[in-house]
Parts: sequence; structure tokens; C-alpha cells
Amino acid sequence: MSKGKKIGMYVFLIIFSLLSIFPLYYMACAATNMSVDVSRGRLIPGTYLVENFKSLIGNQNLGRALWNSFRNSSVLTILCLLVCSLAGYGFEVYHDKAKDIVFTILLTAMMVPFAAIMIPMFRMFSQMKMVNTMAAFMLPSISTPFMIMMFRQASRSFPKDIIEAARMDGLSEIGIFFRMFVPTMKSTYSAALIITFMNAWNNYMWPKIILQTNETITMPMLVSNLLSGYTVDYGMLMLGVLICTLPTAIVFFFFQKSFTEGITGAVK
Amino acid sequence: MGKKKMTMDRRHNLIGWLFLSVGVVLICWTSFYPMIQAFILSMKNGLGVNLKFAGFSNYARILKDPTFKGTLFNTFFYLIIQVPIMLTLALVLASILNNKDLKFKGLWRTCIFLPCATSLVSYSMIFRSLFANDGFVNTMLRGLGMTPVMWFANAWTARFVIIIALIWRWTGYNMVFYLSGLQNIDYSVYEAARIDGASARQTLFKITIPLLKPTILLTTITSTNGTLQLFDESLNLTNGGPGKSTMTMSHYIYNTSFVQSPNFGYAAAMSIVILVMVAILAVIQMKVGDER
Repeated sequence: MSKGKKIGMYVFLIIFSLLSIFPLYYMACAATNMSVDVSRGRLIPGTYLVENFKSLIGNQNLGRALWNSFRNSSVLTILCLLVCSLAGYGFEVYHDKAKDIVFTILLTAMMVPFAAIMIPMFRMFSQMKMVNTMAAFMLPSISTPFMIMMFRQASRSFPKDIIEAARMDGLSEIGIFFRMFVPTMKSTYSAALIITFMNAWNNYMWPKIILQTNETITMPMLVSNLLSGYTVDYGMLMLGVLICTLPTAIVFFFFQKSFTEGITGAVK
Repeated sequence: MGKKKMTMDRRHNLIGWLFLSVGVVLICWTSFYPMIQAFILSMKNGLGVNLKFAGFSNYARILKDPTFKGTLFNTFFYLIIQVPIMLTLALVLASILNNKDLKFKGLWRTCIFLPCATSLVSYSMIFRSLFANDGFVNTMLRGLGMTPVMWFANAWTARFVIIIALIWRWTGYNMVFYLSGLQNIDYSVYEAARIDGASARQTLFKITIPLLKPTILLTTITSTNGTLQLFDESLNLTNGGPGKSTMTMSHYIYNTSFVQSPNFGYAAAMSIVILVMVAILAVIQMKVGDER
């Protein structure tokens, strides 16, 4: 590669990386500045963080929202990983014609837009008196065709010999799954964990419909509520956005390496 | 022995069904069943819970509804402009990052993927604040001696902001998929092409794109699907405004069912229309993907 091209490549990467980071940097700075300064375009961290935090907790029930989001997303992620990996493993390891047909039908569910099923689902859960419950929030996302597909693809790389050997040793089928399969599929589970946790944490439309009280509020709803006043306090708003973003960013950094590995396994 | 083998196979078959039962039942209950319900609902009319059978009158109403046509236009406008730009950028970035001699690979990848860590509501707020009348972008414009733009007061500039925001949020996400796909391609293929004197453009069109076809197809379908269901951005970034000029279909359906006097039947009919469009586009994309 010529030198000019190489420089061009790096310049392109630098510009694109800066553009990717800038809005996040802006958010972090704005969270520590007064609303007026944010509007003036101040781009250095300020000293107004505590005041912004005070107005945020005075304005919204932050602790409640954080706890709800954290609890809902964690429980949902654990259930989703369990159910989808069991199903993906089942489809691959015990596959036969009937199961393959069921799998193909399941994949079509991927194309069902959420807008198309939210109304009947809302009616269904209200008839069952489940509005404002964590279960109603979780149920639609515990089992997703995408996750099942991802685990099925990953199961392909799980050697059949291990299964046979374990059977010889007298391990039960469910024992093989938990003792052999789960430990070897760490990167797939990490990728699945990131995707599911982020989706659950960031989900906005369904909680907005099914969780309607102040007691059940989640972080994205809280952030959205910050706009409801007559004037927008940008410092407070951006602090809310920052607090809402931190947990997913931490999860991402923590599992980043296995995430890319897991996706690589799934795309194969 | 033969008989024992037979029963073993049967037992495994049954255990297999048990393994996948919970997942399958849940998907049937929370996807397929509501879908059928949505179709039945779309044949009914009335406000709130007082629903009467109305045949296809809801679908006839869609054809005459200017708001629906407007939201349909907006959604497809976002789709046609944003998805190709985003996927091209993602592909270019991925092939640059796949370069063996590149330094600081992890750093670039992390930076470009980072926007994906923000929730849809969060980044909508960030862009809303950046492009606000007294926001950062206008301050910069003023500083450069240009006239500030009232971004959210004009339909086209508001749509522009939504598209910029979408590209910012999703390019890195798609890039990761391409990067993973590229890592499955043996690097010696690229070495051979380089020795044969292939240009960067030739390598892209003759090697990368054909070999990445399944991944490109996957990202195209998921992006199309996602754009047709756009909701959070429409509600939080522009609130559909000015007027209803940036409102998406999902946002309109939400408003019809939960904001104004609820009309579940009409909303369900509109959602069935989205379902059909998603399905048609997916089939077209798969056909095109197969032929090339």
C-alpha cells in the first residue's frame, strides 16, 4: 500500500472515531455543567455535577428507576440465556426433520414487527391482570428466534464425540448440557449476555405500554420524562442520559472481547 | 441390542423436544398468537373496548388516511437514505480494520462500536440537545459566522437530523458483523489478490462483497426491519414534529392505540400493513441475495 493511501486510511479512521465519541463526550461534559453553559457550547468538564444530580433526584425517582431497570434486565437476561441456549442446543444436537421444520417456522417470527403484536399483547396481559408486573415486561423477550439461532449456530462447533463420551460415562442429557456445553461456550454466552442485557435495559416501547405507574418506571422512561417540563435543563437531562448509559457501557467493556468472538462464532 | 438402540434414539428425540419446548412455547405465545389476534382485531372497529366486527373497513380507511401516507413516506425515506449509507460505511470501516498492518485496531473498533452502548432514548436526547435551537451545533455555526438553523422547525432538516443520528448509532453495530464475517475469510485470499496486483476497489468488489454475501444479507434484513419499526427516535428526538412531518409508522400506531382515544382496530390494521411490508421486503432481499 502506498504511503498516501495509508495516511488517508488513518485520517479516515481518526475522523470517524472522533465523530463516534464526540456526542458521548458532549454528554459527559454537559452532565457536569449548568444548562446555560451547555447551550453556550462549553466543552470542558464543569463543576455543576452535584447540583445537576440534586435536581435530577428532586425531579424523578432515580433510585427506583435504576433498581427496576437493573432487576428487570438481570432476571430477563438470565432467563433468556437459559431458555434460548437450551432450545438452540436442542435444535442442533437432537435435530431431525420435524425439529428442523419447527425451527424454520420460528425464524419467521423474527420478521414480526413489535408494533404488530403490542396491542394484542397488551390486551392479553391486561385480561390476565398482569399490567405493571415484571413478568409482563419480561415474557415477550425471554425467548427470541435470534438468540435461539445464535446458540444453534454455536452448538455446531460443539464436538459430537464429547457428547458420546459423556453418555458412555453415564452422564444424563441435561448433565451433558450443563457440565460440558455451558462451560465451553463462554464466548457465545457473553455475546448473548451483552445483546440481551442491552436490549432489556434499553427497551422503551414495551415498558412504556405495560409498566404504567411511577413505581414501575425504568431508566429510559425516566430519561424521556425529563423532557416533560416547559424548559429543558440540559445539564440535568444529560446527567440522566449518562446514568442510563453507564451500566450498558460497563457491561460492554467487561465482555467486549468475548462479544466479538461470540459474534464470529455465530456468523460462521 | 437393535431394540435397545431404537428406544435410546426415541428417548433422545423426546429429550430434544423437552430442551426446546419452553423456547418454542414462549415464541408461539408472545409472537404467533398475538399476530393472529392482531389480524382479528384489524377486522373490528370502535373506541376502547367496545369493538364491533367491521370487515375490511379499517384497511379501506388506511388508503384514505393522509397521516398514514405521511408516516409511510417518512419511514421509507429513512430506509432508502440511511440504510445504504450506513451499510456502505460499515463495510468500508470493516475492511480497513481487517487490514493486517493496521495499528491500534482495538482502539478504532472500540471507538466506532461505542455508540451502540447508548440506549435509543439516550442518544435521541443527546442529538436533540446537540441540534436544539440554542444547542451546540447552532452555537458552532454562530461562532463560524453562519446563520443558525432551526433544525426541528423544518421537516427536511428534522429528517436530516434523524438520519444523522441513526447512522451514528448503528454503523458500528453493523461493522462488528462485517468484521466477524471478514475474519472467517482466509487472509491468504487477500495476499494472493495483492500479489496479483488487484486494486483496493477490485478486492472489495471481487473478494470481500461476494464472500460476505450472507452477512450483508443478514444486516440488510435486520436494518430494514429495524428502520420500518422506528419508534424511540421519532418520539424522543423530534416527537414526530414539526407537525407530523417526521413521524414514523410505529409512532403513529402507538399514538392511535395509546395516546388519543384508543382505536385498537385501526391501529391493528396499520400494524398488519407493516407486517406485510416487512415480509415482502425480506423475501425480495433474499431473492436478490440468492441470485448474485
